[in-house]
Amino acid sequence: MVDVWAPALVFMALSLAMGVGMVVGARILAVRSKVDLPTRTVTYESGEVARGSAWIRFHPRYYVVALVFVLFDVEAVFLLPWTLNVRGLGWFAIAEMVVFLGILLLGWVYALRKGALTWQ
Amino acid sequence: MNPWLHGALYGVVLLAVLMTIVAWATWFERKFAGRMQSRMGPTIVGWAGLLQPISDAFKLLQKEDIVPARADKTLFNLAPPLTLFFALAVAAVVPFSPGLLASDMDVGVLYILALSGLTVFPIWTAGWASNNKYALLGGMRAVAQGISYEIPLLMAAAVPIVLAGTMSLGGIVEFQVQHGWLIWWPPGPGLFAFIIFLLAALAEGNRIPFDIPEAESELVSGPSTEYTGIKFGLFYLGEYVHTMISGAVMSALFFGGWDGPFAPGLHWMVFKTLFFFVVLLWMRWSLVRYRPDQLMAICWKYLVPASLVVLLWAAVTVVGGPA
Repeated sequence: MVDVWAPALVFMALSLAMGVGMVVGARILAVRSKVDLPTRTVTYESGEVARGSAWIRFHPRYYVVALVFVLFDVEAVFLLPWTLNVRGLGWFAIAEMVVFLGILLLGWVYALRKGALTWQ
Repeated sequence: MNPWLHGALYGVVLLAVLMTIVAWATWFERKFAGRMQSRMGPTIVGWAGLLQPISDAFKLLQKEDIVPARADKTLFNLAPPLTLFFALAVAAVVPFSPGLLASDMDVGVLYILALSGLTVFPIWTAGWASNNKYALLGGMRAVAQGISYEIPLLMAAAVPIVLAGTMSLGGIVEFQVQHGWLIWWPPGPGLFAFIIFLLAALAEGNRIPFDIPEAESELVSGPSTEYTGIKFGLFYLGEYVHTMISGAVMSALFFGGWDGPFAPGLHWMVFKTLFFFVVLLWMRWSLVRYRPDQLMAICWKYLVPASLVVLLWAAVTVVGGPA
């Protein structure tokens, strides 16, 4: 357990340190302008003065995509253990997965017919 | 060796090598793109522009760090290092030759899928925290695209697991050394799974033809619009690292990893990784960008059902076929 996860944890820590290190390094090396003009920190929207905030409600089509994604992603919870054991379990496991994916595909066809997968 | 020490030593060496390769990969891409467009690419800094990456790195480090007044400052500063983190951390389970990897965990493929699924979060964080409409649109597109292509990526990566009967990347490569590369043998599912995996990996990495999150002709620079200096650079560094590691994962899953004649395994693995990197560059500079609706249609209407069929095909091959 430790043999496998300790190196992975150390590796992750080093990867994170890489990005953080660069940002901190830039803090030391980067120039700072001496005059503090208010226009420097204005939101850049192609030169026009930005109107209103960007933190607003947005289109529900993103929500539908996320919903269909959750449907398929939960399926992966069942699918991934199955991939490891299908060799040993044989035709029974395949038949079981065909039934499971068949039910899932029904949902997919329903979403398709409802137009949920069409980006308007 | 002590596992903590092994992780630290191997991690430092691999990250140093990887960052060096990625730095000069940017030089190579600019030369390559230049030649494809009848230009020279970088020529001024060093012989044939070879010192350009060093010059770029110091330029980015020296730029003034500007945080927009209206931005959410904590999230804004958090996003760029996290982008690089999720891209780099995947490398821990990629085997470069027998036993040469940070951690040969028995859930290697799952680890890769989990981390590449998380890559949408820093991009979305950047888009949201910037408080800029272009950045927000880019961030939303990145999430929609990232989670959609997660499904075919997962299904395609499940095919080698079914065929080799293990989730460890080292185990999958070992299987291919004994039975032949999964792209060819058993014939059929491996090849189609690879095509789906390639498309999904392109979309996950936000590379052309699937780079709608930062479509510069309409969204300025997408989620990275408001960033300056090294923080801006970190997004692109993350993208390059992601592309490079995708190449390595593809070669390990479908092209036999370190397997090959005449040369040591490490050479073959590096060669295959760089080969896929060049293929991805080639696609980037040859193809045009898809529209968001086309991108979602490709994924949900074709790739998702196709990947399910390929997965079942692979299972049937394993239980009743030549393998």
